[in-house]
Amino acid sequence: MPTLNDYLLLSAILFSIGTAGVFVRRNLITILLSIEIMLNAVNLSFVAFGRALGSADGQIIVFFVMTVAAAEAAVGLAIIIALFRHRESLNPDTFTALKW
Amino acid sequence: MTLFYLFGAVAVIASLLVIAQRNPIYSVLLLIASFGALSGLYVLLDAPFVAVIQIIVYAGAIMVLFLFVVMLLNAPQEDTELDARVHPLMRPGAMRLGTVLAIGLIAELVWALTAINVSGSFPPGPVVSVTTIGRRLFTDYAFSFEVTSVLILVAMVGAVVMARHDPARGKR
Repeated sequence: MPTLNDYLLLSAILFSIGTAGVFVRRNLITILLSIEIMLNAVNLSFVAFGRALGSADGQIIVFFVMTVAAAEAAVGLAIIIALFRHRESLNPDTFTALKW
Repeated sequence: MTLFYLFGAVAVIASLLVIAQRNPIYSVLLLIASFGALSGLYVLLDAPFVAVIQIIVYAGAIMVLFLFVVMLLNAPQEDTELDARVHPLMRPGAMRLGTVLAIGLIAELVWALTAINVSGSFPPGPVVSVTTIGRRLFTDYAFSFEVTSVLILVAMVGAVVMARHDPARGKR
């Protein structure tokens, strides 16, 4: 049987992939997707810890994380649409001015 | 054990491909595959309700929202010519720093997690039922639940306001 350590290692690998995506990619949509990868990695470790402790708390926290992820995706995508209307680009390097 | 490695490998490979694709549509579809593998891992962890919610909410709702925006903006290609020509590791100056930081973080996390060893396998226990989750959610976590509903309301209003077509400012 896989142990808690295996799940935590998998979660850490997924989180690192998400972080690398935020650092390396320069497309706003891919950056948001990388944030989703990170949130899922955290969810996995929450569920694994909840299973190891035999409590339902881990799963309940996952629901709240999913809610926050949904809100974040909705607002983030709305911001991306608003930015794209101004500059016709998804490259974050394009958006350097606070006022125009 | 075999299933754990299967689902884990699918999740890791799909996530790697998500950040390696140039076309965001492929990224979104691969992320759905990654979420499916994670859902299988939740089943292995005796959390069937979370697994179902993962498919319905993440793959079904959030990813469709992403796909909708990608198709609405109709900008499938990655940004500038520099990105198309130059590998991320070969970019000039400070633009290389992101890749270096990412590699450093991965190395550090893997080192830390192989150095420690959380003991043993999971204790055998009853599967946490949907009844238990619902009862806890509406008693111990009732306040958090209500705050979450306010959060969703604020996010909904914010998304509508920010993505709204504003004729006063011109620009489509």
